[in-house]
Amino acid sequence: MKITKAEAISKIANRIRQDLITAIYYAKSGHPGGSLSCSDILAVLYFNEMNINPLKPDDKSRDRFILSKGHGAPTLYATLAEKGYFSKDDLITLRNIDSVFQGHPDMNKVPGIDMSSGSLGQGLSIANGMAIASKMDKMGYRVYCLVGDGELEEGQIWEAAMTSSKYKLDNLCLIVDCNELQLIGKTEEIMGLNAENIEQKFASFGFNTKIIDGHNIEEIMQAFEDAKLVKDKPTVIIAKTIKGKGISFMEIDPSWHGKSLNDEEYKKAIEELNNIN
Amino acid sequence: MEEIKKIATRESFGKAITELKDENIVVLDADLSSATKTELFQKENPNRFIEVGISESDMMGTAAGLATCGKIPFASTFAVFATGRCYDQIRSSIAYPKLNVKICGTHAGVTVGEDGATHQMLEDINLMRGLPNMVVISPSDDVQTKALVKEIAKYEGPVYLRLARMATPVIYANDVKFEIGKAVQLGEGIDATVFATGVTVSEALKAQEELLKEGVDIRVVDIHTIKPIDKETIVKCAKETSILLSVEDHNVIGGLGSAIADVLTEEYPKKLIKLGINDCFGKSGKAESLMEYFKIDSKSIEETIKEKLYINNKSK
Repeated sequence: MKITKAEAISKIANRIRQDLITAIYYAKSGHPGGSLSCSDILAVLYFNEMNINPLKPDDKSRDRFILSKGHGAPTLYATLAEKGYFSKDDLITLRNIDSVFQGHPDMNKVPGIDMSSGSLGQGLSIANGMAIASKMDKMGYRVYCLVGDGELEEGQIWEAAMTSSKYKLDNLCLIVDCNELQLIGKTEEIMGLNAENIEQKFASFGFNTKIIDGHNIEEIMQAFEDAKLVKDKPTVIIAKTIKGKGISFMEIDPSWHGKSLNDEEYKKAIEELNNIN
Repeated sequence: MEEIKKIATRESFGKAITELKDENIVVLDADLSSATKTELFQKENPNRFIEVGISESDMMGTAAGLATCGKIPFASTFAVFATGRCYDQIRSSIAYPKLNVKICGTHAGVTVGEDGATHQMLEDINLMRGLPNMVVISPSDDVQTKALVKEIAKYEGPVYLRLARMATPVIYANDVKFEIGKAVQLGEGIDATVFATGVTVSEALKAQEELLKEGVDIRVVDIHTIKPIDKETIVKCAKETSILLSVEDHNVIGGLGSAIADVLTEEYPKKLIKLGINDCFGKSGKAESLMEYFKIDSKSIEETIKEKLYINNKSK
């Protein structure tokens, strides 16, 4: 069942944020900043946009999603649990030796994960392969791929962009989680990347492009709707986001790229998220 | 003298993939289809051929994506680019998720010839053998290549197929059957065993013929599957023959010889003489001259065995 009310999806995104932060807290390691920045996007994808059924995770005609920025795994796990692919109870085993919830997504361990990921820059090529298969078999399913903005520094992304464009993959939608930060600092300072020139680059590679507010549920839903109307071109949605979104002391602070929370920080984080709804 | 029929395994590969019946087979290439011979498939099945241009990493990822949707992708380029350039793509997006992608590397080894070191891949077996879930196949002639292409298409999982540019003699009769993981023993000689793979199998057979004229009877073992390797045959030959020798168009580090040594160390410790490229890069030249230069030709095999026999006899 698809949820169409933005407010309802917003609440789901907030639950996803609480679940992923709890998982990272128990794991004592992980990547909270980039997990929080893409939570609204994943909530829209799984609860409004994609044709999927948690009871049939291997259905051949389902839409596909690739989390190319695999370190956002906690968001994907929390979203799939929220959607009903598996129980939420096990999320806190994240990164434990006996857990299916690996530090980065493993398609063979967790139902609902369409591709393993972790090494950056590879997701768009995978998405191309899936989108080509969909066209070859006339299945009509769509393929969604989420990359980080820092991830665009990987050369393979641009090899893949040429392929998406050459094969006119209008059933493919790339989303850039443009949170403007990477591990050691600002993407703008490190490689001169910002939402505007990312858009220019993709436009020159033959993509239909759109810059949106990646935390505005209605804008995200609309962007996905618009992408479906485009023919013969792949779409990229450049979603301007805030790294650490929803937790005041994590927002726009690159030091929260890859570390967990202590007891006090966790308590404060959950309190703040609770207050949003 | 009877004319020996010669054909390069890359050519046999191009023909074999074209003959595969499964409609799920998709062939990808990176601007080398005239050299890898995938153009034969493209001509027959233009709708199932994907040209990605000169971008091998993207090709491997695309192949992985296709495989998740039930396709059987054969991703083809030169061995040096197929394995070295895209090692991480293969590791993360093919081997780790255990996807049904067939990585086809043509132009392996010094027998590439004139193009020289940058194009002569001597480390690919080492790279692919070290990856969990990966099967490594290195066929020796036309018949075997065609048969094994059919086998790997049926096998569900990642495979690296190592192919050669140089034309080599047809060794096997058309009806010989080959099984992934099962080596082929040629001859019953007990004076020595020569383990060979790919282009060196026909060299070993030439040496076998020459040595027999001098009363030395050796056996040749064609190891077309380097992983999983046929432990049983290796141990059997180690027990039955006095001299063990491996010969490969690959670095002696991490290739066929190393794979055999791994088995011997654990199962039946015995000395193994490794002929191969001695931890150096290749160089330009004619393929035949390079085989001689790097001592992986029939003459070098012959001389090594004779020398070893002489030493063995002397010490008795």
